[in-house]
Amino acid sequence: MMTTKYDSIIIGGGPAGLAAAIKAKELGLNVLLLENRDVLGGIPLQCLHPGFGLHYFKEDLTGTEFIYRFIDKFQKMGIEYFTNAHLTEIENISDTEKRIKVITSKGLQTFTAKTIIYATGARERHLYEIGVTGKRLPGIFTAGEAQTMMDVYGIMPGKEIVIVGSGDVGLIMARRFALEGATVKAVIELMPFPGGLTRNVVQCLDDFGIPLYLSHAVTRVEGDSTVEKVIISEVNERLEIKEGTEKEIKCDTVVVAAGLVPYIKILEKIGVVKDQATRGPIVNEYLETLIPGVFTAGNALVINDLVDHVVEQGELAAFGASEFVKNEGIPTRKWKRVFRGRNVRLLVPHYVSGENDVIIYARVSRPMNKVKVRFPEINKEVRLPVVKPAEMISIKLKKEEIQRAVDRITMEVLSNE
Amino acid sequence: METKKVVVIGAGVVGSAIARVLSKYQNLEVFLLEKNIDVGWGSSKANSAVIHPGHEDDPSKYPLRSKLCVRGNRLWHSWAEELDVPVKWPGELMLAFSERDVEKFQYYLDLAEKNGVPDVKIVYSDELRELEPNASPDAIAGLWAPTAGLIAPWDAVLGLVENAVDNGVKLFTETEVEDIVIENGIVKGVQTNRGFFEADIVINAAGLYADIISKKAGIDFDITPRRGEYYLLEEDVQPRVKRIVHQVPTEITKGVFISETVEGNILIGPSAENLPLDAKDDVSTTKKYLDYIWESAKRLLAKMPPKSSVIKTFAGLRAEPPSGRWIIEAYDNPKGFINAAGMRSPALTSSPAIAEYIVNELIKNKLGVKLVEKKDWNPYRKGIKKFKLLDDRKKEELIKENPKFGNVLCMCKEVTEAEIIEAIERMKKIGIKTISLDGIKFRTTSMFGWCQGSFCRVRIARVAANYLGMPEWKIFVKDNKSSYGVGYVKTFFKTSQGDGEV
Repeated sequence: MMTTKYDSIIIGGGPAGLAAAIKAKELGLNVLLLENRDVLGGIPLQCLHPGFGLHYFKEDLTGTEFIYRFIDKFQKMGIEYFTNAHLTEIENISDTEKRIKVITSKGLQTFTAKTIIYATGARERHLYEIGVTGKRLPGIFTAGEAQTMMDVYGIMPGKEIVIVGSGDVGLIMARRFALEGATVKAVIELMPFPGGLTRNVVQCLDDFGIPLYLSHAVTRVEGDSTVEKVIISEVNERLEIKEGTEKEIKCDTVVVAAGLVPYIKILEKIGVVKDQATRGPIVNEYLETLIPGVFTAGNALVINDLVDHVVEQGELAAFGASEFVKNEGIPTRKWKRVFRGRNVRLLVPHYVSGENDVIIYARVSRPMNKVKVRFPEINKEVRLPVVKPAEMISIKLKKEEIQRAVDRITMEVLSNE
Repeated sequence: METKKVVVIGAGVVGSAIARVLSKYQNLEVFLLEKNIDVGWGSSKANSAVIHPGHEDDPSKYPLRSKLCVRGNRLWHSWAEELDVPVKWPGELMLAFSERDVEKFQYYLDLAEKNGVPDVKIVYSDELRELEPNASPDAIAGLWAPTAGLIAPWDAVLGLVENAVDNGVKLFTETEVEDIVIENGIVKGVQTNRGFFEADIVINAAGLYADIISKKAGIDFDITPRRGEYYLLEEDVQPRVKRIVHQVPTEITKGVFISETVEGNILIGPSAENLPLDAKDDVSTTKKYLDYIWESAKRLLAKMPPKSSVIKTFAGLRAEPPSGRWIIEAYDNPKGFINAAGMRSPALTSSPAIAEYIVNELIKNKLGVKLVEKKDWNPYRKGIKKFKLLDDRKKEELIKENPKFGNVLCMCKEVTEAEIIEAIERMKKIGIKTISLDGIKFRTTSMFGWCQGSFCRVRIARVAANYLGMPEWKIFVKDNKSSYGVGYVKTFFKTSQGDGEV
């Protein structure tokens, strides 16, 4: 077994991990990156659609183009990495020493590092988590599996498609199937409003004449040996099934785009504390979890809708790791807790110090027009024309502003009308 | 010495156990027929996985059930070891929530004594909490049966079939019995979609379809599909249960069980719902019964694991005979026909004892067949080595020998490429014609975890297709009608009406 000590080991070779590795190396850290799949790039690699990099590169790129800019840079910098590396265990030996165990085709390997940046992304919610009953038939896929099949390995999952969930992932997959010549019979959304960005509703559904059923639930999947139809019903304001509204849609494939959950199993095993709202770890402004030296970024931290935010978080975690390595720990002694106020469903980071400017990433519970985002303790107010649960809000707080708070800051989203 | 031909219909746990016992004799030629593409895919695949102690069946009402359950429980200790099937013995706690429940305990204590189930006793307060720290505070007492166990039921079937085939049994999958051929009241064989199988003895272990098979032999009864639904929870969820916890049974059902499976997941269920006679494949789940199970389970525990830890819901069908009595019989007419039908609970537990009973009581005694034991019968079978469970040194060695052990394909259950390939090789070895992803899943536990295959299924499909030399999309999922995909991308733009191959 090999043993090498790194400043930082980055787990996950998607956008958060690659951005973190590049930034950490630029900041002078000795870095290793581990990827579980056989390719670097993570999910953007299989995103053939545009809309990536509008903020980061000020260009409209496909996911594949976007991520290749990072992969190319990463490889040019000669950063050490493994693909097909399966992480089995993290051991928190001390604040400044983490040991991690990995299975690779070269054998079991153990590495130690002062810091870890955990950037493993998310896993998808599947059909049984959203209360759909019926048979467990072939022809049911999560959106991610369908996308990997099609756009990494070139396998077409089916011909007549029903998509469950109208978040961006569901919308984009609807268009992807339509572009492949499949018939997308319907996109089904439980809420009375679409889950994804407006531009995606227009470009992915309207342009292709794909029907969107709002306030509808898939209740059952039926078929003999493969999927033959789904049964849907209308729901009321309390999201309960309205009797007598049942309808069936014939299809051979059900694609479940029912949302993502941060994939942090191994972090939970070492006692990282989870936020029930984000389902990711509780972090401070360096994106350090409550275990010193363990940082997180991207969808493992909070479900993002823009890869630009994911990359930003990766770079921030790398900055955190470099501060940690320099000071043998994050030197901050006094933290101020950031609380969720009215109409804020989730936010990160959870702790700020006033030593740095901080971007607060947040989501609202309900859509609202003409709002003011208020931070009453520091007398800050930002006006926004519209907020939606589907669109992450990111607001920068300057360190001077944060310093005004005594020990807490609340964020709330109120109507300005 | 005269050789007899035996056809066993159905490669579920009962048919496979019978085949294994029959494989001990040198003057028998045994054919195990299965209509599905793989073995153990009926009731044996989806059930509570409990090895029951045997103190819940009244011998005056159910003489075979009570006798064979206790014997089966004992036999599984040695069989599981011989066949390298994961099993554990956590014991079972029936919880009482009222004085009336406690009064019922006396009934089960009497049965325990009559049936010869050891060490069953009533436990209260401290002892109860010590046995099961997560028992509901409302539980005033428990009936403790320490001999209860848990098994991986599909592994049990695989162990039985692989061992039986190793000892000379011939397995025919995708072979559906169309008729039982009888001449002058004597069995001559079975007609199937794959031709005629001559036989002196035909044993009907066709599970839910045993009534249809039996009718073809002129023996009439109905098997009711009784559906049970379940929740499977992720491995690391808290809080857990130490024992098999359940409620006081009713006439219909033994009630909802909560246990930690041999794989380490929490299993909750079943419900009990009689379906129409022709609904022999309806393994749909329903909101109504899933809600009922969750509510029932809540009553049993001090603290339920969160519902967000559910990784799947599923349903299985039990083969319910008229008035609950197993039909394990050999007949004077047609002679040579044996039923092992209506194999409701505790059939999984009892299957080794049922097999023994059929061979000793029915074939030897009733039919008067003289059996000669093989000298070289091999009782042992090794399961696919689970890489995840090995120690680091062993893992290192294996990767050095075969780097495919270093390629973890299923993240949740840590299943390697080498194990996937071994599963395929094993399927081929016992004669499976249609290699399916479900076949791989049940042999390796890949795609069984938290992500339910959404990360790894495509990678496993690729490895399997590559190994078999076929396009990835053509790999079968559950049966030989359900391919993983419909073609390569762009397939719908091809002008030819081809099948999508590039």
